[in-house]
This record gives sequence, structure tokens and C-alpha cells, in this order.
Amino acid sequence: MTRISVTVDGVGYQDEVEPRLLLVQYLREQLGKTGTVVGCDTSNCGACTVHLDGHSVKSCTVLAVQADGHDVTTIEGIARDGELHPMQQAFHECHALQCGYCTPGMIMQAIDVLNDNPHPSEEEIRLGLEGNLCRCTGYHNIVKAVQQVAGAQAPAEAAVAMPATAGAQVQA
Amino acid sequence: MTAVDDRPQAEIGSPRLRKEDQRLVTGRTRWTDNLQLPGMQHLAMVRSPFAHARITGLDTAAAKSAPGVMAVLTGADVKDLQGSMACAWPITEDQKAPAHPAIAVDRVSFAGEIVAVVVARTAAAARDAAELVDVDYEELPAALDLKRAAADEVLAHPDLGTNKSAFWQYDSADAGTGGAVDEAIDKARTDGIVIEREYRQQRLIPAFMEPRSVVCDPTGEQLTIWSATQVPHFVRIFTALVLGIPESKIRVIAPDVGGGFGGKLQHTPEEVVTVLAARHTGKPCKYTETRSESLVSAHHGRHQWQRLTLAATKDGTVTGLKVDLLADMGAYLGLVTSGIPILGAFMFNAIYKFPSYQFNCTNVFTNKTWTDAYRGAGRPEATFAIERLMDELAVEVGVDPLEIREKNWIRHEEFPFTTVAGMTYDSGNYEAATARAKELFGYDALRREQQERRDRQDPVQLGIGVSTFTEMCGLAPSRVLGALRYAAGGWEHASIRMLPTGKVEVVTGTSPHGQGHETVWSQIIADRLGVPFEDVEVLHGDTQIANRGLDTYGSRSLVVGGQALVLAADKVIEKGRPVAAHLLEASVADIEFADGRFSVKGTDKGKSMAEVVWEAFTCHDLPDGIEPTLDSDATYDPVDFSFPHGTHLCAAEVDTETGEVKLRSYVSVDDVGVIMNPMIVAGQLHGGIVQGIAQALWEEAVYDEHGTLVSGSFVDYTLPTAADTISFVNDHTVSPSTTNDLGAKGVGEAGAIASTPAVVNAIVDALRPWGVRDVRMPCTPERVWRAIRSAGAREAEPTTDSAQPHFDAGAPNQDEPGSGATEQNGEVQ
Repeated sequence: MTRISVTVDGVGYQDEVEPRLLLVQYLREQLGKTGTVVGCDTSNCGACTVHLDGHSVKSCTVLAVQADGHDVTTIEGIARDGELHPMQQAFHECHALQCGYCTPGMIMQAIDVLNDNPHPSEEEIRLGLEGNLCRCTGYHNIVKAVQQVAGAQAPAEAAVAMPATAGAQVQA
Repeated sequence: MTAVDDRPQAEIGSPRLRKEDQRLVTGRTRWTDNLQLPGMQHLAMVRSPFAHARITGLDTAAAKSAPGVMAVLTGADVKDLQGSMACAWPITEDQKAPAHPAIAVDRVSFAGEIVAVVVARTAAAARDAAELVDVDYEELPAALDLKRAAADEVLAHPDLGTNKSAFWQYDSADAGTGGAVDEAIDKARTDGIVIEREYRQQRLIPAFMEPRSVVCDPTGEQLTIWSATQVPHFVRIFTALVLGIPESKIRVIAPDVGGGFGGKLQHTPEEVVTVLAARHTGKPCKYTETRSESLVSAHHGRHQWQRLTLAATKDGTVTGLKVDLLADMGAYLGLVTSGIPILGAFMFNAIYKFPSYQFNCTNVFTNKTWTDAYRGAGRPEATFAIERLMDELAVEVGVDPLEIREKNWIRHEEFPFTTVAGMTYDSGNYEAATARAKELFGYDALRREQQERRDRQDPVQLGIGVSTFTEMCGLAPSRVLGALRYAAGGWEHASIRMLPTGKVEVVTGTSPHGQGHETVWSQIIADRLGVPFEDVEVLHGDTQIANRGLDTYGSRSLVVGGQALVLAADKVIEKGRPVAAHLLEASVADIEFADGRFSVKGTDKGKSMAEVVWEAFTCHDLPDGIEPTLDSDATYDPVDFSFPHGTHLCAAEVDTETGEVKLRSYVSVDDVGVIMNPMIVAGQLHGGIVQGIAQALWEEAVYDEHGTLVSGSFVDYTLPTAADTISFVNDHTVSPSTTNDLGAKGVGEAGAIASTPAVVNAIVDALRPWGVRDVRMPCTPERVWRAIRSAGAREAEPTTDSAQPHFDAGAPNQDEPGSGATEQNGEVQ
């Protein structure tokens, strides 16, 4: 067992952990931070993405002992004073989630994408999210949510709402 | 409480943001794997690495003595307790199926089958100990390739004596819904057009993002099972039937569930094993699968060979369609495995007026993971086949693919229309959807660009893919299910509880896992009962709360479950009338209800719903004979299916030098009936379209010659990423369904059904000048490149290849009849 000292979502923790324990297991099983989830075992899906000292990492590819002395932020730590983080709010407003399982990791990655590049193109957003899988949304509205936060002009044809002429009653 | 003024005039149709989101975007979620109970034990499965083998020895001693291990259970330990996993859909009286133990006893039939389970204090201890279980196997020959399995070369289950599970036929001449298809084909061979093709629906994996997890708590009087499932009610019934536990002693809860797509429409061996372990140890037990376990042991989807014969007159009027399917069941029959290809029987004729039709399906066992429902379930397969064939017919006749469709489709004034497959389509307008899609797509301009690229022999060619699809939603009228030998009904249930404080609890038998029922059900009730959207709480997924229900799949929740909700709401109003009449000192006949208010006809006298509910609650002064509650239940059995349709158009750029396919634009115009929430409908379409595109371009469950799943992790099973996909243009036409009061048709599967043929049609369309007639899915760069090279046509050569001869040796992208030699490792020839 190894002793580690980690700050998670602003709270300091000191724990004895097995050297093989993954950061995501430490977060979920020892700290009860179940907002961060596991979606695969090959670091492909990104569902477990958190921030380590402000940068996104897949917490299934970081050992808990590697987080020793570092600052971890999870999906549970980004809302402030009861206000959602702008990225959380944008995911809600743009319907960028359905089942919501990929959402914590996707939001943490999306924040990181904008930290690196505050005004990305659609392609840059898509490349920035490449390591996070979503099976529900087809990414369309996730991209929109990131664009909304970036203040980037969303392409007109990608509008989620129906065009003005849509929904016209058709004679059946 | 009265209705608030700032709510939208009508909730239905408004893009309400979802109630579900707050907990999901903050991580305040209750996934099954999050549950921790006092004394909880953790399970790890020992799984077979072999596709087909006899278990000749099983030593658990080392595992049992490992630290923290409470028990190790093998098939031999539980063989008298575990029963056999059930198939709820024996499609024929003589359907063959092997016994399906949750833990294999003496023989394994696919790689990934459970042979033992370790129960330990932590998940890590359980996994460590599982490594110590020593299993001796004697390998047996495995039936892997579907065509060779159909020929009974190697038996997947030697005791059955054959790999054929069942044969099922629909013949329009026998059913009285059309003519004899062989006559139509014979005639077309003489003086018309016959298109014969063989298509392969590759094996797919639903790949929901939340791995399956199950918790069983045996403490207390009832057994409580939490499961990441789409079907908590099914899990309850089948746990009772398989294990012989009284249903009344079982409570099943589907908490937050992270996607399903049909993949969680199952009663699983893992659920049974967890219950057995909990009962054995007397402790709460949890099993959460790894992704690798999920990919190999959760059921797969699709996997068919489709042999198709389309007969038409020379001008392109279709006279008959004959379908011969080989459907891979995998090693066992799951809950609805055998019925999945049969659902396609009613959809091969699609939106067209075919005078004759025959559907033949042979279900075949192999030593691979069993198949079952995956988004669309039978209908994507059918839609792919017919939409590919219609393109081939257009080429043969020499007209635009939209023109050949229009020649054959049901015109809007012909609804209701009874099809050659015996379905009655209630409403639709294919002309309107297609016209709108062409406009949004810029169809004519893209056709011009395509020609320009062809003319200048651009190495990057442009293809335009068309898919004018329909599907059947709203599973299902119980009478129809009975006729198809399905074991259960297709009704749905809803309860409405009018709480004394003015809030409303809606209990639904559907079991959402991403679809947004909490939001949409609230919208429906807000409109129906005139209560604020925010005051409605939707409860679901717990058999002790939602005691009646048949769960969520088959685009049924809104059209069946929503209608149950409407009927229950109407009962609430009816029960409110005499209470309101009493309060208002009026006759019941004079009480009107609108906008959340009971009023006396012709006066300004009225009482709000909340006042009436309170009066019923206090019950201080109700006349005799009035039940002191407005709470109501309704169970609704659908009168018919609903039939959404749409026109999807895809433009794809194909690099003829590398075989790479790049999506350029994608337009969908869908008619899903009246739309409850356009934001949610758009989301369903986006996700479905990408899943369908993924079948066309990327995904395949590949087995090697030993029966090992090669694409057994997300490294190899290539789900699309944000970087692979594009943004879509979605629009709608609306022709209300006539089979439910909401006018809704269902949208959960539409995108996945429509998009696959649109993409493959685009690729083939781009490569027509090369003589390419097909590219097998997934259309990877290698397959596309090989298709171009093997077609052998010169670049500038016009499309002159005829639709005949068919299935002949050496023809591009066709399989040798009966060979299927290269199928198992998914390579093109």
C-alpha cells in the first residue's frame, strides 16, 4: 500500500492505496465520486475523463499513486455556487446528451478543448473530442454545445431546431 | 394551483429542455455500478476462451482459498438451480433450440460463455481469484461460417442433429395479399427485368456506453435486483420463470441506464448468476462487466445473408420480390433472437406497391455470441436490401433512383394502404418528404457536380445515395404478436396520481434509458390536465412502483405508452367531473374541462384541477358514491402499428485512389407523425443516423477461424467518433398517425434504419462508371479500393453492365454461391 495525498474537487484526501489502483477506481470506490464512470478498459471511450492540474486525462490510464500531490477536478466539481458550469449549461440547452453516460467525460474534455483553443473551428472541436465516444447523440449536438460556449458561429444548416418551414401539415 | 401563465400555449410540440439533464450533467446519477450495499460481494466471471469445447476438468481450489473469496460457483454446483435461459419467441411450432444454462455445465458453445463465477469482498479480489480457476477444455469443431453452418457441415450443438433452428415463410399468394412471386419472376425473365443480388448484413455490436451491471440484494423478504436493463418487467418475469422464484418475491429496478439500442433488451445469464450468487451467500452481490466482456457476451445484432430476386417490367414497375434469408442466431436463442429477422418480413416491400412477395427465412445456429435486437431489429436489414435493389433497378432502366421509387411507391392519396406483406399503412406522404429532401439537399446541383467530376475523371468521385424508407413502430398489437407466436402481449400501462399538494405523479410502464420520457411524458400530461410541466414527476423502471409495463424497445414507448398516458389522463378528468359538479353545485353534464379548469357550461363559475383534487383528498363533503380520488390507471393495447417514413439523401466523396469515403452532406426529411418535442426528435435522428452510417462504413464484429472475437475491444470494434462524423440537416413532414390520439408514429429507430442504404447507395453511385455494383459492408477503404480494382471497368466507360448474369463466378463483389468462404473473417474476395 502506498500513501497518497490528493485534492479532489477542492477537498484534500490522504489515503493508503494499492499501487495498481487506477485513479478512476480511487475516485469511484474510495471517494464515492461516482459521477465519473468507466466505459471501456482500453482507454478508448473517455467516459472517465477528469482534469489533473487543469488538463484532461483519462482517469483509467492514470494510477492513483500518480495523482499524489496533484489536483483533480471531476464533473462533480465544476458547478459553482449552485450555477452550472457554462459547458454543463450548454450541454443541457443544446440537447447534447441522451443517456448521459458519456456526458461527464465529454464535458470535461470539451472544457479542455476550449482551454487549449478558445475559438475552434467545427473540425477542431471534432478532433478535440475524438477520444471520447458517445453512442446516443451522433455528436451533432455535442459539437453545437461546444460551439455555443466558444461563442463560435454555428453553421446555419446544422441547426437543431426545425427550419421555419418544417412541420407543415401535409395532406395525408 | 392553477396553470401558470408563462408556460407555452401547448407543451406538445415545444422544444422543452430535458428534466433528466440536471442530474446527468452534474454526475448526480444512479448507475447500477454506483450502488454500494452493506456486506456487498463482487463477482468476476470465468469465461470460455473456446468457441466450442467440452469441459473436462474444473479446479476451483486455488480460487476458493484466495484472500477475500467467499464462494466459487460452477455449472456443476448450480445445474439443478439455474434452469435454462428463455426464448420468448418460438417462431414455429417445431423450432429447435438447445438448453441454455447461465453457467455452462459440461460444454461451451461460444467464446465468452460463463463457466464459473467467483464471489469476493472486492471486485479486484474476485478478478484475481478468477485467474486461479483452472479449466480443462477438449476443443470441438466449431460452426462459425453462416453458410457452412446452414449446410450442417459442423454442428454447433451436436445433440440437435442440425444447425437449423427454424424456417419461416410469408407468401403473398398463400396469405391472399398478393400474387405468386415465382410467376412474376418467370414472366420478368422472359420480357422484363430480373435483379438478383446477395447482400450481407454484417454482425454488429450494440455497444451501449454503460457496460451492463447487476446488483442483487437477497436480504429482506423480497429479492431486489437492480440491473442496467431496458426491460425491468421482463427481467422480473423471467427471473421468476427461469429460477422458479415466485414473481411476487422479486423486485426489479432499472435505475439510470446508459443506453441500450436493443442491447439491453435481454434477460441475461449474468443476471441469473448474480441472483444465484446472492442467494448462495446471503449477501448483496454486484457484477459489472468490463467492456471486453460486454463485447463478447452481450448479444450482437444483424448478421444475415440476404438473397434477393426483384422482378419488374421493362419500364421499371416492380412485379414481385422474393427474399431468402440466412439469419445467424449465434449459439443460443435469447429473449427474442429468433423473431428479429421475422420483423423484417413486413418491411422488405417498404413504401412500394409490389403485387407479389415471398419472404423465406432460415434461422441457423453457429458457435458465436448469440444475436438479438439491435436498433431497428429486422427492419434495417429489410430496408437496406430493398433500397439497394431499387437503385440497381434504376440503373437497369436507366433512370434516376428517385424516379424509379416514385414509379413504385404508394401515392399519398392511396392511404390507408394494405401492403403485399399484409400491413395497413395508415398515413404518409412520400412525395412531400422527398420533394423537401431534394430541396434541402440541392439534389440537382449535386447531380451536376457528379457529372462534372466524372467528365474530368476526378480521382475523388461524388456519389449520391437515396433511401426512401418506412418502418413499423409501436410494438405491438397483442393479437398480432399472438399470431406470430410471441409469448407476451404488446400493451402498455400508465398510472396518474393526483397528489393533494397539486403535484402529479405519472407512473409509466416504459423504461427509458436516454429517450427523455421524463420530459415528454410531462409535456403530454401538462397539456392534457392543464398542470404546469414542472409539477409533473415521471416514475419508471421499478417493478414495485411501475408494477405493470412492457418496457422500452421497438419505438413503442410514445405510441403505445404515450397513448396509455392519454387514456389515464382522460380518466382523471372523468373522475374529477362529479367532484367539480358537487363543488360548483351544478349537474355533471354541465361540467366542462379545459386548460386545467372544470367549469360550468355557459357561466364563469369554475374550479381548478388542484381544488378538485384537494376536495377529493379531504373528502369532507362528498356525496355518496363518489370515489374520493382522481387517481387513474389505463392499459392500452395498440390497435395497429404506426409507420413513420422519410427520405434520406447522402452525398459522399469517394477517393478512387485510396478507397476512402468522406461524407459531405446528409439530409433527412422524416415523417414521424405529430412531434411532441422537436429537440428530442432531432436528437434521436442524429444518433440513429450515425449508428446506421457506422454499419455502412466502420463497424463489424469479426471472428477469426477459431471463433475468437477479434474485434473484442473498442480498439478494434470501431465506433464512430466526433472526428468521423458530420453535422446533419434534418426536417420533417407531418401526416398524423391515426392509430393513437397523439398522432405520433415513433422515431427511436428511424435514423438507423434509413441511413445505412443511403450511404452504401452513395458509394456505389460514385463508382458506377467503374462497373462497381456493390461494396460489402462495412465499406472500409480497403474494400472500396478492392471493389474498384476488381470491377475491371475503365474509368470513362459508361455503365453498361447488365443486372444479369447473377451469382456467377468472378462477378465483382458477389459471393460464390454457397461458398461464403471468406465470410468469417470479413474479408472481401
